[in-house]
Amino acid sequence: MLNKLAQRFFKHIDSFLISCLLFTLLVGLFVLYSASGQSFGRVSAQVINISVALSTMWIVANIQPQLLERIAVPIYVLGVLLLIGVALFGDISHGARRWLNLGFTKIQPSEIMRIALPMMLAWFFSKREASPRIRDFIIAALLLAVPVAFIMKQPDLGTGLLVTASGFYILFLAGLSWKFLLGGAVAIGALTPVFWSMLHDYQRRRIEILIDPTQDPLGAGYHTIQATIALGSGGVTGKGWLNGTQSQLDFLPERTTDFIFAVFGEEFGLIGNIILLILFSLIIVRGLVIAGQAQTTFSRLLAGSITLTFFTYGFVNIGMVSGILPVVGVPLPLISYGGTSMVSLFIGFGILMSIQTHKKLVASG
Amino acid sequence: MAYSNELKNHQNELHHFRLRLTVLGFLVLIAFSILAFRFYFLQINRYDYYQTLAENNRISIVPIAPNRGLITDRNGVILAHNFFVYTLEITPSKIADLESTIAELAQLVEINSVDLKRFKKLKAQSHSFESVPIRTHLNEVEAAKFAVNRYRFPGVEIKSRLFRHYPHGKMGAHMVGYIGRINDKDLIKLAENDVLSNYKGSDHIGKSGIEQSYEAELHGTTGFQQVEIDADGKAVRVLSSTAPVSGNNLVLSADIKLQEIAETAFGDRRGALVAIKPGTGEVLAFVSMPTFDPNLFVDGIDVENWKLLNESLDKPLINRPLRGIYPPGSTFKPFTALAGLEAGKRQPPFSISDAGYFMLPNSSHRYRDWKPGGHGNVDMRRAITISCDTFFYGLAIELGIEKLTDFVRHFGFGQKSGIDIAGEVGGLLPTPEWKQRRFKQPWYKGETVIVGIGQGYTLATPMQLAQATAILANKGVAMRPHLVSGITNSKTGISKVSTTFVNNTISLKDKNLEIVNLGMIDVTLPGGTAASVGANAGYSIAAKTGTAQVIGIKQNEKYNERLVNERHRDHALFIAYAPAENPEIALAVIVENGGHGGSAAGPIARKVMDYYLLGKLPAVDLPKDAKATPLAADNANANPNQPIENAPEEEHYD
Repeated sequence: MLNKLAQRFFKHIDSFLISCLLFTLLVGLFVLYSASGQSFGRVSAQVINISVALSTMWIVANIQPQLLERIAVPIYVLGVLLLIGVALFGDISHGARRWLNLGFTKIQPSEIMRIALPMMLAWFFSKREASPRIRDFIIAALLLAVPVAFIMKQPDLGTGLLVTASGFYILFLAGLSWKFLLGGAVAIGALTPVFWSMLHDYQRRRIEILIDPTQDPLGAGYHTIQATIALGSGGVTGKGWLNGTQSQLDFLPERTTDFIFAVFGEEFGLIGNIILLILFSLIIVRGLVIAGQAQTTFSRLLAGSITLTFFTYGFVNIGMVSGILPVVGVPLPLISYGGTSMVSLFIGFGILMSIQTHKKLVASG
Repeated sequence: MAYSNELKNHQNELHHFRLRLTVLGFLVLIAFSILAFRFYFLQINRYDYYQTLAENNRISIVPIAPNRGLITDRNGVILAHNFFVYTLEITPSKIADLESTIAELAQLVEINSVDLKRFKKLKAQSHSFESVPIRTHLNEVEAAKFAVNRYRFPGVEIKSRLFRHYPHGKMGAHMVGYIGRINDKDLIKLAENDVLSNYKGSDHIGKSGIEQSYEAELHGTTGFQQVEIDADGKAVRVLSSTAPVSGNNLVLSADIKLQEIAETAFGDRRGALVAIKPGTGEVLAFVSMPTFDPNLFVDGIDVENWKLLNESLDKPLINRPLRGIYPPGSTFKPFTALAGLEAGKRQPPFSISDAGYFMLPNSSHRYRDWKPGGHGNVDMRRAITISCDTFFYGLAIELGIEKLTDFVRHFGFGQKSGIDIAGEVGGLLPTPEWKQRRFKQPWYKGETVIVGIGQGYTLATPMQLAQATAILANKGVAMRPHLVSGITNSKTGISKVSTTFVNNTISLKDKNLEIVNLGMIDVTLPGGTAASVGANAGYSIAAKTGTAQVIGIKQNEKYNERLVNERHRDHALFIAYAPAENPEIALAVIVENGGHGGSAAGPIARKVMDYYLLGKLPAVDLPKDAKATPLAADNANANPNQPIENAPEEEHYD
């Protein structure tokens, strides 16, 4: 009886994926405990974040992909409207206009776009014929460019680039021609100076400091310098949990959020880092398998994009902390402290599980 | 057939999709390999290097605060500078028993109750790992005494800090302003402007006056050293260093000597004076009396002094030229006069026969002239000279409130002058719309009558009055008033002179300006309301006196008969420009509760003009036996250690 009930409850949960996720989350809690200066308050707040995220994932996993397909357009339109709302009436904090005050609560519409944009593009291509034409890709590119422009304008470079990536993955998976890709790469190369001139001063500075962190060792470069020292001094086996000197002695900034990987790398060393990469790889491989087995164009494109966006988050964050990518303010998925990003991440995993577990029903029906 | 075709298409699409998925899978593999290689590089290849940095010696970035730019007056006299002093500092987190440590320290160097209070205040404001000064301005003997005993006091050290000092003390304090310790609000502002990292080594920031509004120029660029520190946090070796860049020096348009003469002329009376060079908008003197010593604020003011300043009935902390609002009273009349003349009204030979009062049609209310019985036959020029209320009552009503206020707004009434220090208020130029908004009441004609003589709701700051006078003196060309006339780059030594900037231009007919000009010149001639001010001047002065009923600065609740009575007296106002034919200086003076403008405020203006135009020092107040340093002897505020430089010889006596 109880067994049956449990079976029913977990019917739409992918056991392999959830195992990997839960294990990584657990590792994350340990790192957070150390990074927060052994604060139970921080850890329990994160446990609450995780609980909310897992519940949301469970709900999403139980939604049929067909329903997701139907609500893709309304959610996208709502997301764009909210972004316009932010541009017009958003609250400014720390020089950026990211939040929209609805009176009873504050929301960050760029987070909605992380899910809404891939859904919209997946829907768009699912309505096209088997091999979409160039015109379709141009329309899709416009659907991508509008929200991205608003997000970049806020300015939120990190989210903007990642939303762009999530849209790009769909275009690529939908069959964007190689010629076009090559041409695009050349165009990007040519447009880089234009893009450079559009960046805010602080964003340019971040890129300059990435190339030479010593330029501003008191400001932005400080993060990179200290994070590199933390990682490097971790060695093969690490200094051990709670023993990272850089982390424990206040040398590392933002060490519970964007720079938490430096704490991890210092305390668990090369071995820990490789294990984390393997965990991430397992999640990604599972996501790609789900995408490869998915039965409709919509679900396969969406699954592919969600999985690869997760990869991009991880890669950009770790790359940034280890000093090979610019400091763009992206959290490390599953590990960094934070509620909003955790929830949108798990909505993505919920969609993956929904696509995987509703498959047979479609086949039989 | 169709079905199989569709199936084929589907198969085809799936194949392509999986192919591309595989491509992306490879991308993931490559990306993660790059990361793994980076880990190998950092954690194996360079492990020893980073290990050394992190464990044995840690890198510390030590900011080096830049020297704050100097502020000088127009003649190069220093108004704000910096010097090094030794301070004794405690890092609270490194000390087990703070009380006993301080007690032991007190046996070596003197630590008084003011030092203790400041220490407690600063300690509460900073992190426990930051060092906080317990004693400042240590002399060399004290520094040596501590150095010998240093081993007994871990967590206590001598630092040399840069201190801001205002050598002229109270003089011009509202103009120069002061710096103070950076607080949370400042930090938020700095973060918003993206300059936080440039303040890593700075404890202070401009809080008021020039120090505040030119913060970006004065602060400079912070330098830094990368040093290796040992486990105790002591610097072992400097790895690299970048020198700080000093802030830019500012040259004010004000003349501190002129400022001193003006402040001295006020004595212990309250009030304000602003003098402007009409042709350029340069502010020559900016007086707010009483004033305060800005040096008190630099390292956190102590409670006693703060109470003394903040709770004083005289409100020394208020910047009166910018924030004191007073009814302009009769000093408003030249502007009403010009409004009338430009509208084609009251042109000569028009005159009225003044019986001493004015009545609106269909009303029995009498608006009285200040002179019972009236002035008899009065034309425009004479109306200004004798300040005839009746004349202007009628003119105001004929112009109407809209036309009147629209015209005088060009002279800056009811709006900020745009001077380059913060905190200015806009004053008030009442209109029917304003009254409806503010009181939900219609405008009454009687209110127009009294606006004509600068009473009623009309309120102006001394800055506005001076600016209006300067615009009048400059024949309608409004220059933007400014205190800083030059900025010298500390690195390149290149000076850039603030360009004089025309705010707007009012077209005025020469003949109308001439009538007002002549009326105002007559004010300082025998028969005018300020005849004594013009006596034996040697140059012509165009002026207007005024009195205003008391409102504005709030009074203390405590009842003190003598003080309260004095504080119910009218404010004395005086505006002037000179030489009248070719004005070099325009000014406005307000003496709070001073009584009549001509007798209370006029003499102050005369002393300022005498010095500025003739280089003449005030003679009347001079004690006979103090000819060598006449000003210092006369000025209660002057620091005796700072003798006035270049005191001109006494001469030009007529």
